[in-house]
Amino acid sequence: MNLNGTPTFNPLFRFQWEKAQDCYVLLYPEGMIKLNPSAGEILALVDGNRSLAEITAELEQKFPDAGSLGADVREFIGVAHEQNWIRMQ
Amino acid sequence: MNRTGSGCSDGLLPAGQEKAAGQPLWLLAELTYKCPLQCPYCSNPLDFAGQGEELGTEDWIRVLQQGRELGAAQLGFSGGEPLTRPDLVELIREARALGYYSNLITSGLGLNERKLEAFREAGLDHIQVSFQASDEEVNNMLAGSQKAFAQKLRMAREVKAQGYPMVLNFVTHRHNIDRIDRIIELCIELGADYVELATCQYYGWALENRAQLMPSRAQLERAERITNEYRAKLAAEGNPMRLIFVTPDYYEERPKACMNGWGQIFLTITPDGTALPCHSARQLPIEFPNVKQRSLGDIWYRSFGFNHFRGDDWMKEPCRSCDEKEKDFGGCRCQAYLLTGDAANADPVCSKSAHHDQILAAREEAEQPSAAPFTYRNERNSRVFCRG
Repeated sequence: MNLNGTPTFNPLFRFQWEKAQDCYVLLYPEGMIKLNPSAGEILALVDGNRSLAEITAELEQKFPDAGSLGADVREFIGVAHEQNWIRMQ
Repeated sequence: MNRTGSGCSDGLLPAGQEKAAGQPLWLLAELTYKCPLQCPYCSNPLDFAGQGEELGTEDWIRVLQQGRELGAAQLGFSGGEPLTRPDLVELIREARALGYYSNLITSGLGLNERKLEAFREAGLDHIQVSFQASDEEVNNMLAGSQKAFAQKLRMAREVKAQGYPMVLNFVTHRHNIDRIDRIIELCIELGADYVELATCQYYGWALENRAQLMPSRAQLERAERITNEYRAKLAAEGNPMRLIFVTPDYYEERPKACMNGWGQIFLTITPDGTALPCHSARQLPIEFPNVKQRSLGDIWYRSFGFNHFRGDDWMKEPCRSCDEKEKDFGGCRCQAYLLTGDAANADPVCSKSAHHDQILAAREEAEQPSAAPFTYRNERNSRVFCRG
């Protein structure tokens, strides 16, 4: 996986805020994955334009008390890639 | 046989007496019972030809809105063949605006490039195409149609060409299960994202045709082994296609946790607006409410029908004292009713059930191929099952 790249969603999955679940979810054919808050915040910035570095910088700006987030973002993106939710371009 | 709950008796439980229920995450909209195919394992009721008039567009839109408010996220457009509804594009557009993930569950008959584009533009998320077999002759014999297979192949290719996620669904049984390798090869060639190799469930039409459909244990074990070999092969090749193998409960010793529990996550609306906790429940001697008379919220939380088998107060022995009742909820209410005559009995699939001998007899029967012809699912045969 190219960590310098730009993540995009696998078209099999649709990401959205789900009010009834009070969390972000990934919807796919006949299924739904509920995301924890940090996973949701990361994926909310995946739009096919932002690079991984840009996503990290935005999150660090949004959550200034969280400190450096690079390692956490990379780890989660690794999992999301492994799960086939996202692709790296 | 008509227990559509459309009379005055579709009462609600008094406030405070509702039993615990989850959110209806899955809304299945059976838009119509019309279908160009005649599959002998169809999940529609045997007496579909005697059911009430189809809901109009406005009714369906109201159902979609109310379902979304209750928390439904997955929406299935099903049937019959949902493509026979002229308002399908409109319903898809509404579903997308409401935030549903919408699934079109189709035979592919009646589909064309232009419709696929229109559905895409309206916001359809996924298409599931059902096949009857991997080769033309068997497929068309089962579908009761001479043109079905070629059309399905063409449409499956077009679905992928237009960038949709695609699930291919094969209902497996003794006539096609020995060719499971060819079924999987066909799915690889067509570029399916998921493949459902779903062994027939014996309700309605499939129960009528069980002797002709049920595979032998040896057939089943072979099919499962070959599926596992393909899983390993696909993984080694980096092919993300997923194979979902649904084992028939007739070869199990414990029942399935049917629908994840009665009235817990699944809500079906039939073509005439009857609301059901699963698509087979219409055969039960229970009155179910209709969306023309009640809001979906009242139906889900307060109707007698949806509360009927929630919790475990209704259970009899051996379920009542069973330490696995939280796991499988006593199995399937429809199967209990169809095989034992009492929907509150244990699902006879369970080896603890006093009626388990019926399952053993069916397994025995499956060792001997039946020469009897299929009872095809069509209007003429359905009339035989309609009474009154």
